[in-house]
Amino acid sequence: MKIIVCIKQVPDTTNVRINPETNTLVREGVQSIINPFDVYAIEEAVRLKEKHGATVTVITMGPPQAAEALREAISLGADDARLVSDRAFAGADTLATAYALSCAVRHLGGDAKAPAGGVDVILMGRQAIDGDTGQVGPGVAENLDISHVTDIRKIEEIKDGRIVVERLLEEGYARIAARLPVVLTVVKEINTPRLPSLKGKLAAKKAEIPVLKASDIGADPERLGLNGSPTQVMKIFTPPKPGGGKKFTGEPAETVGAFLTELAAAGITIRKR
Amino acid sequence: MDPIRVVVQNCVGCNLCVKACAYDAITMSGPVGAREGKATAVIDLVKCTLCGSCAEACKRYKAIVITRTTFKGQDVKAHSGICVYAEHRRGKLASVVPEIVGAARELQKDLSAPVSAILVGAGVRRYTEELLSCGVDEIWMIDDPSIGDFDEDVHSELVAQVLLEKKPEIFLGGGTVVGRSLLPRVAAKILTGLTADCTELSIDPSTMFLRQTRPAFGGNIMATILTQNHRPQMATVRHKVMKPAEKVASPAGKVVELKHIPIPKTRLEFLEFVEEKTSTVNLVEADVIVSGGRGIKDPKNFALIEKLALATSGAVGASRAAVDAGWIPYSHQVGQTGKTVKPKVYIACGISGAIQHLAGMKGSDMIVAINSDPNAPIFDVAHFGIVGDLFQVIPELVKRLENGT
Repeated sequence: MKIIVCIKQVPDTTNVRINPETNTLVREGVQSIINPFDVYAIEEAVRLKEKHGATVTVITMGPPQAAEALREAISLGADDARLVSDRAFAGADTLATAYALSCAVRHLGGDAKAPAGGVDVILMGRQAIDGDTGQVGPGVAENLDISHVTDIRKIEEIKDGRIVVERLLEEGYARIAARLPVVLTVVKEINTPRLPSLKGKLAAKKAEIPVLKASDIGADPERLGLNGSPTQVMKIFTPPKPGGGKKFTGEPAETVGAFLTELAAAGITIRKR
Repeated sequence: MDPIRVVVQNCVGCNLCVKACAYDAITMSGPVGAREGKATAVIDLVKCTLCGSCAEACKRYKAIVITRTTFKGQDVKAHSGICVYAEHRRGKLASVVPEIVGAARELQKDLSAPVSAILVGAGVRRYTEELLSCGVDEIWMIDDPSIGDFDEDVHSELVAQVLLEKKPEIFLGGGTVVGRSLLPRVAAKILTGLTADCTELSIDPSTMFLRQTRPAFGGNIMATILTQNHRPQMATVRHKVMKPAEKVASPAGKVVELKHIPIPKTRLEFLEFVEEKTSTVNLVEADVIVSGGRGIKDPKNFALIEKLALATSGAVGASRAAVDAGWIPYSHQVGQTGKTVKPKVYIACGISGAIQHLAGMKGSDMIVAINSDPNAPIFDVAHFGIVGDLFQVIPELVKRLENGT
């Protein structure tokens, strides 16, 4: 089985702060990390490999420094990695990104006649924490003309080219079977990622990470980067700062009473009906 | 021309852009610019995502210019009207649908174009009445027993066919699990732009383009996005943000059945739907949510949160810290990497209020915070804050709610 995991290197938004005076992002000291959801996708790929036997290749589209994220993925158990990097990708929105990644998947699969180039499973996190769109997964699937299932919380089985998964929905989950190849996006519930092993760390250190350029993956330049991106950011602004309301301090008997009185005065009831 | 460039003669080497860039794409390594002895900014195009933060930071000097080059697109003028995706499953129209119809009808005021809805599935005629009563002018319906729920393979193909035939200029879907899976697939089929999870939509008065505004970076910044040359302009809309459409007294819209569009074969197979047993899980629909965070300290203390939830007929939520600690399943997580909720009342217990948590609950009508740290950021967004030990405050609150005092 051939598995490809698509990851993204993102700024650790948990540490991004806003400078209250200039109202701009404070980036200093913010590290680049593997998008947290993608770590679960890597782990799931490694588990599939352990269970069914497979090769796990991790790819990312990004600048040269994103190779660090790929090395980390190898330390977590991936077999090898490719960096999809080219000036032609600059300014790509989700449509152009999905197109470029699908070209890379097909290229890595190597079998021009097979769907998705002969790759069986393409895994990624449900969304990246910097953009929060979650649009690349379905886009990759469409470009490869294979099906996709988002928000996977469990892979039940893979047998005879058929995969059964559980998909997390608002009010429960659905069990769905898909034919391989398939694109799956995963939620955190799916597993508990392992820590890098010593063997993994050594492999990561030694690993060569080849760079794939636009011409290597046979991509149409018209559909890449800014050229291939229908959406454009027109304006960035910081949301208005919240004000903060009424605060009650003191003994619980007093604060709770005062709070309930105020709440009633505001015309709101929270008591069970 | 590069899509983003530095106007060297304007750059004073102030470093503001370097700090503003979240992608480490700018260095002060260019030739001397407007100020003697100061190097100017150089932008690494490979790292740059064209997010615009640097240009915003450089407003005063106007030294960073982003060029929105035009590229091939569809014939914009041939498209008109606002269309919504009528998501449904298990015999019900999704609760986000009246909200996106409401948003569409607001846009209609500026565009004076009809509002239509795409409705595909098996036995979907039963939803037409509700849609028309929301003020939809035309329903484009494909009703076929072979179309299954939860099948974005088939739904996306049919929706794309309808869009190509009917050519609306705007197409909106819900920011639900299904909407955020289906619309990207549709956009990739018909090669147009899609903006995820918008919280604000409006029409640009000069160009009449759809301005799509959404949070990014865990709610740290807002971005307004345009799709200039491609149609339809597609967006998913965050649930519980837009006002639901007001019901019209005598619906005048009509249903158009599109029988000529062939139903494609599916590669997916729906096996079963399993509803989460606890009534406290459906956070997205709940009127009251009681959430616990790190301050709960121990998984068994979640019983306290459940008690308060019971006393308020609320659902139980949690912060990422509580979920990561394994105290409660992920399906309860509220925040950027969990669910976005907008209840009437949100009660945060022992949650400090990291920006990622706030991103998921800031839209609540009323926020109540219970925390022992008077300086916790959660108090900045709370309408009412109780400073105190939650192990004393919650029992007191439960007692009073139960006694009706």
